[in-house]
Amino acid sequence: MGATPRPGDPVITPALVAEHGLTPDEYTRLERMLGRTPTFTELGIISALWSEHCSYKHSRPVLRTLPTKAPWVLQGPGENAGVISVGDGLAVAFKIESHNHPSAVEPYQGAATGVGGILRDVFTMGARPVAMLNSLRFGALDSARVRWLVSGVVKGIGDYGNCVGIPTVAGEVVFDPAYEGNPLVNAMCVGVLQEKDLIRAKAQGVGNPVIAVGARTGRDGIHGASFASEDLTEASEAKRPRVQVGDPFTEKLLLEASLELITSGHIVAIQDMGAAGLTSSSAEMAERGDVGVTIDTTLVPVRETGMTPYEILLSESQERMLVVAKKGHEDHVRAILEKWDLVAAVIGEVIAEPVYRVTEGDHVVAEFPGSRLVTDCPVYTPDAAEGADVQRLRAEDVHAIPEKAEESDPLWTLRQLLSSPTIASKRWITRQYDSTVRASTMLGPGDADAAVIRLKGTNKGLAVKTDCNGRYVYLEPRVGGRIAVAECARNIACTGARPMAITNCLNFGNPKRPEVFFQFREAVAGMGEACTALDTPVTGGNVSFYNESPLGAVFPTPTIGMVGLLECADDVVQGAFRTPGDAILLLGTPTAELGASEYLSRIHGRTTGAPPACNLAHERALVDCLVEAAAARVLSSAHDCSDGGLAVALAESAMMRREAAVGADIDLSAFASLPVRALLFGEAQGRAVVSSPNPDAVAALAARHGVPVHRIGTVGASGGSFSITVGSHRWSTGVETIADAWHDAIPSLMARVAISSDDAAPAAAGSA
Amino acid sequence: MKFGVITFPGSNCDEDAVLAVTEGLGADAVRLWHKDHDLQGADVVILPGGFSYGDYLRAGAIARFSPIMQEVIAHANRGGPVIGICNGFQIACEAHLLPGALLRNDSLQFRSQEVILRVENASTRFTNRYTAGQLLRIPIAHGDGRFTIEADGLRRLEDAGQVVFRYVDSKGNATAGANPNGSLDNIAGIVSAGGNVLGMMPHPERAIYQWLGSRDGLALFESMLAHVAA
Repeated sequence: MGATPRPGDPVITPALVAEHGLTPDEYTRLERMLGRTPTFTELGIISALWSEHCSYKHSRPVLRTLPTKAPWVLQGPGENAGVISVGDGLAVAFKIESHNHPSAVEPYQGAATGVGGILRDVFTMGARPVAMLNSLRFGALDSARVRWLVSGVVKGIGDYGNCVGIPTVAGEVVFDPAYEGNPLVNAMCVGVLQEKDLIRAKAQGVGNPVIAVGARTGRDGIHGASFASEDLTEASEAKRPRVQVGDPFTEKLLLEASLELITSGHIVAIQDMGAAGLTSSSAEMAERGDVGVTIDTTLVPVRETGMTPYEILLSESQERMLVVAKKGHEDHVRAILEKWDLVAAVIGEVIAEPVYRVTEGDHVVAEFPGSRLVTDCPVYTPDAAEGADVQRLRAEDVHAIPEKAEESDPLWTLRQLLSSPTIASKRWITRQYDSTVRASTMLGPGDADAAVIRLKGTNKGLAVKTDCNGRYVYLEPRVGGRIAVAECARNIACTGARPMAITNCLNFGNPKRPEVFFQFREAVAGMGEACTALDTPVTGGNVSFYNESPLGAVFPTPTIGMVGLLECADDVVQGAFRTPGDAILLLGTPTAELGASEYLSRIHGRTTGAPPACNLAHERALVDCLVEAAAARVLSSAHDCSDGGLAVALAESAMMRREAAVGADIDLSAFASLPVRALLFGEAQGRAVVSSPNPDAVAALAARHGVPVHRIGTVGASGGSFSITVGSHRWSTGVETIADAWHDAIPSLMARVAISSDDAAPAAAGSA
Repeated sequence: MKFGVITFPGSNCDEDAVLAVTEGLGADAVRLWHKDHDLQGADVVILPGGFSYGDYLRAGAIARFSPIMQEVIAHANRGGPVIGICNGFQIACEAHLLPGALLRNDSLQFRSQEVILRVENASTRFTNRYTAGQLLRIPIAHGDGRFTIEADGLRRLEDAGQVVFRYVDSKGNATAGANPNGSLDNIAGIVSAGGNVLGMMPHPERAIYQWLGSRDGLALFESMLAHVAA
């Protein structure tokens, strides 16, 4: 028994196997599993399911070490999205995912479909999406090609999310030459559901129909999952047809129809047809339910005639869902879809026999035993070894790097840092995203360290944020992994919210290279330590390897997406100084650390030195202190110290609201023993700048949590002067000059005439 | 007073409008479905924001032909009040309930930001709870918001006091810098000649509570209640 080739199927040869990305060993494994030569259709299925993107074959053993449990975690890793309880019968579903490779060759559609995919991951859990975030990494904005990528990615994200009507409220954007040949586009979605409506993508009930829902299946995106599982090369441009094309209007209809289906009680499971399309959605649902499934490809609604089972199974056409309905309820399902002008077609059923079977009419074209299709995937633990060059960089004494002449005026240095695109205002980007739709945004882009939305029908607020400093991870992966989580938690806590849980998007190079796998293993270990210390378990995520181009690998970038809860939304704390006369306090302590800083990168063009130490007990104490201070309503503002250090945090606090910029009179004489540039621009962890009308209350609270607290200045008048005193030195400028540096940097860079996909193409440059 | 909020395929501000009217204003709201021919006794119809029918072809161009719109047009022709917000403004123009048209923003980019509006006419049924010249803070979020109209039409609008809101700076001046989309004469909202149809690009339903950053939009809905009570 079993599958037989279709007339016209290519003969399985070693070359064809290699083209499908299978190693000879993996092919042998497949033959052994089947007990025969696979059909072309089966080879296609396995090529997708055993791709890195779908199988996590290089990452699974490492990911298993992450903490995933807490009493509030309702659904951990392994589903379409993680889910936590936020009380009152309400739950929050959230997930982050990469769309790096598609965005590198087709930025607009690559980014748009990234947004579409992550939205579907959340609403298939029964959750209504309420917020979107994006974590983006690009090369330097001096390059016309980078500006083309930025413009396309931003427009793609905006057009999709704006149309579906989900506010894009937060995220981060970093520019560094390390991402020149391989930008990172990570999209995160957060949704809200009633706990009772939580649904899992688990096929159940022999005889239940399997239904394809939403858009019709076309020939687009075939082998997208495999494309995402290889390095970007000169040939990648030619794979642009593997990038899917999104239609946010259909997504909006599918969103409404899916939520209606889930609450209707007519279905038992639902899953997005995402990477590897119908193949992975049906195989994964069967595997989770420990049942068999049979699908007839002639029943799948298609966009064009003559599509083969191979194409139908591997298409990544967007805006499609796979549903397992209750037997006899098919007409109800159809009626709901018709209401939203969408198609629903029964394409198969759940069967008792433990096989995964695909037919074309009566002809069996693929048949795999049991659930082994997913679980029999190979697992690798590659060699790991740190690169000698990184060890050398980390050991460098960065204090020996001579200052430039201009640095005798630290305000010059400050303006340079404020106009660094990584630090500068991202409003040029965020104003293209609808951040206020759904009328629940309390703090949106640029208002604070994290965004906060009000949970409708409650008095609670939800804080959301993404973070990762890839430079730290590159220079010391374990510390960088810790800091990614700790910084995210700090940002959440600055709004007054209690950090609850994380999702992660692990962007790394080629795992077969020992130095890359070392980065991966160590960064995940660091993340895990921080998650344990901060009580923020991992509820899911995504691994994106092979982020390499001929220019090299990206900085290892394990992006953290975090959600936090404000028990009383009205306690929310924003980021900017507000009230003249308020005391400015520093929580945490400056150090002489200067390694791995934005200062060294921006002013000296150097990625070097050891990143700052991350003491997790201190981080936890700071988070607890900030949350309690918000609830006690003693803070006017809170903003963490990160890229650019203390001086940048103070400057941003003074002028992040340009039209309401205020002066600040800062005195750091208590730290005069530190090198000035480390004091002002070093990135010591565990710190936040707060302003308060009641500094004594803040000090008492900090003391109770064991958090060092220093009164370092006073908020000045509207449009006043920004001055810093260290011992006998005093530097002063009008707040508008630093505001101009921060607010105008990206708009003036993006206003340059050339935005081009051809100029300075990295692939061409690297092939010389 | 009962508000009817239409859901077109692709509407995404319909729920916001319902909540503004019910929880914000304390009035009744009924959801209306685009395929129906029934306004369900709504006294006021709200055409909400979003991307009706994907805004394919042209923003609002397909929605005007939907079944419910035939009832809305009849309601408006009877003098019934209609509010078109953002995509709803575009639909109202396409349906000829309002003069003029909304073009792609002059920046060619989507714009999501808070704007300052100056109330130009505080005697309409939509603005009687404001004062003339009052400045309001209300968000915008659109890609096609550049209001335009031919010269004669513009003169008629101005002469009849049909321009209701203008984009201005914090001092109340209608400058180019305060204009987020290149709208003719900084026009942000207009009423029909009969005064019963309002179209505006900014979103008053997103400015109902201080925690949203502004509650300046609430008085627009309150004005409708005041108009009925008067």
